[in-house]
Amino acid sequence: MMQNFNIPWDIALADSVGSNALLAAATILIIHTLGYYRPDNKNYFYLLVWCVVISVIWTAVVKLSLISFFSYDEAYKTFLLRSIPVRFDMAFLVIGCSVIMSMLWYNLEEKKHVESRKADAEKLARDAELYKLRQQLQPHFLFNSLNSISALAGNQPEQARKMIQQLSDFLRGALKKEDHQLTTLTEELQHLQLYLDMEKMRFGHRLSTVIKHDENSLQFLIPPMLLQPIVENAIKFGLYDTTDNITIFIEAKTFNDYLEITVQNPFDPETSIPKQGTGFGLSSVQRRLYLLFVRNDLLSTTVKGNQFITTVKIPRNDKNDIDR
Amino acid sequence: MIKTILIDDEPLARAIIREYIESFPQLEIVQECGDGFEGLKAIMQHKPQLIFLDVQMPKINGFEMLELIEDAPAVIFVTAFDEYAIKAFESHAIDYLLKPFSRERFSKAVEKFIEQSEKNIKQAPALPDSMTLSPQQSQRVVVKTAGKIKIIPVEDIQYLEAADDYVRIQTKEGGFLKNRTMAHFEKSLDANVFVRTHRSYIVNVQQITRIDPYEKENYVAILKNGAQVAVSKSGYAKLKSVLGL
Repeated sequence: MMQNFNIPWDIALADSVGSNALLAAATILIIHTLGYYRPDNKNYFYLLVWCVVISVIWTAVVKLSLISFFSYDEAYKTFLLRSIPVRFDMAFLVIGCSVIMSMLWYNLEEKKHVESRKADAEKLARDAELYKLRQQLQPHFLFNSLNSISALAGNQPEQARKMIQQLSDFLRGALKKEDHQLTTLTEELQHLQLYLDMEKMRFGHRLSTVIKHDENSLQFLIPPMLLQPIVENAIKFGLYDTTDNITIFIEAKTFNDYLEITVQNPFDPETSIPKQGTGFGLSSVQRRLYLLFVRNDLLSTTVKGNQFITTVKIPRNDKNDIDR
Repeated sequence: MIKTILIDDEPLARAIIREYIESFPQLEIVQECGDGFEGLKAIMQHKPQLIFLDVQMPKINGFEMLELIEDAPAVIFVTAFDEYAIKAFESHAIDYLLKPFSRERFSKAVEKFIEQSEKNIKQAPALPDSMTLSPQQSQRVVVKTAGKIKIIPVEDIQYLEAADDYVRIQTKEGGFLKNRTMAHFEKSLDANVFVRTHRSYIVNVQQITRIDPYEKENYVAILKNGAQVAVSKSGYAKLKSVLGL
């Protein structure tokens, strides 16, 4: 184009290379600065002023340097002076666009960063909460069991030894388990049996249990230590709400896409405190199910005469679904 | 011989006390009980000097059982719950054994009892008012009526009325007297539900249908069943703040 103005090609080349290099430098400078400091939303006006100022400086520098370099060429001088407004407009557009682009990019990056941090924090919190919920072994159970062992040690040392073994196996199992490792119902029931045997040792003939399950349910994968607090709640509820001998029924049934486990204990509908039924034991189970499956409808309780029934549904899950 | 009763719902927990007691020939176990009802009956029948009492038991807990006894014997609490310790000492228990406990610790508790009974230190009256059922607010009130024990969930209480040395607990089944003070109930019941509206009344706010002015500066609360409860000027202010008026 410059040829049309009768400008030699060497001057034209120097002009375009020089001015473009300067423009690039200005753009890089402003983008780099934005990396460290970005005005917040209200101050976008300053950004505009910046763009204008930098464009003006660029135009001035280009004009002054080119004029001093090529002062011998009158035609070029005229051309240069007449093209100043166009050059300024171009510079402003280029700088403005790169500022907008880089602002967008930086904001996006920052958002990504914040979100990943938030996700990390949430995961940590969830893991900690799950860990806590799983560890809520009733210390009373532990101390009462130790007291029973102490009593047995006097007259029935063999029984004491057996109970120490059961308690150790139970504790080891409880400590080892992690949430993202699902266990089969078989394993869970074995672990539960240790607990039930110890409770029967403590409460003698007052406590008996009936466990039923269908063929398919045994291999069903469930979160570890989920059943234990439900059964614990049922036993406590049953034993402390009546003075009779009690039987706890535990039943597992497989359906298409979930496993249903019901735990049934007797209670006294006349004197029982309604709150007790959804006491701490169950609310922690509810919370855990929510953290694992993001569903609040998996745990329910019903009353049938003097029987209190807790039902928990565990969705059939690919191992991956629960693995985080 | 010192007549002793063991009250614990776990047979093995009683067994170890029985075993440790053997080294104190002056102590005689007259009965072992598996719950508070049995315990209550046995205490009435045998009038023991000393009882070993568990806290968490079927139906009524150890503290509730003690509340029902006019002239309670000396008590050594035996429990795995350490959160009851303060309350136990407030109830002037001799000692508080945490399960599991050693023979030495057990002996210390019994010796403490023997020492106190030799010095003939008079046991404090059954339970002071500062004692409540559990670390939290009471969920229920246990009363004795015509020889039977009645457990009243607090939701069923309409209002409480002072009656000389007793408090009348009004429910839809009628009134039950309990040998406590108004201050005791004011403290042990949930203050957001039970409001002391008057020197002689504590009312369950969920039972109130309306509040009418009554003479100057006084009010009267009308309950769902039509009962009227006096509300003093300061009681009215309390009611207003609880009801968020």
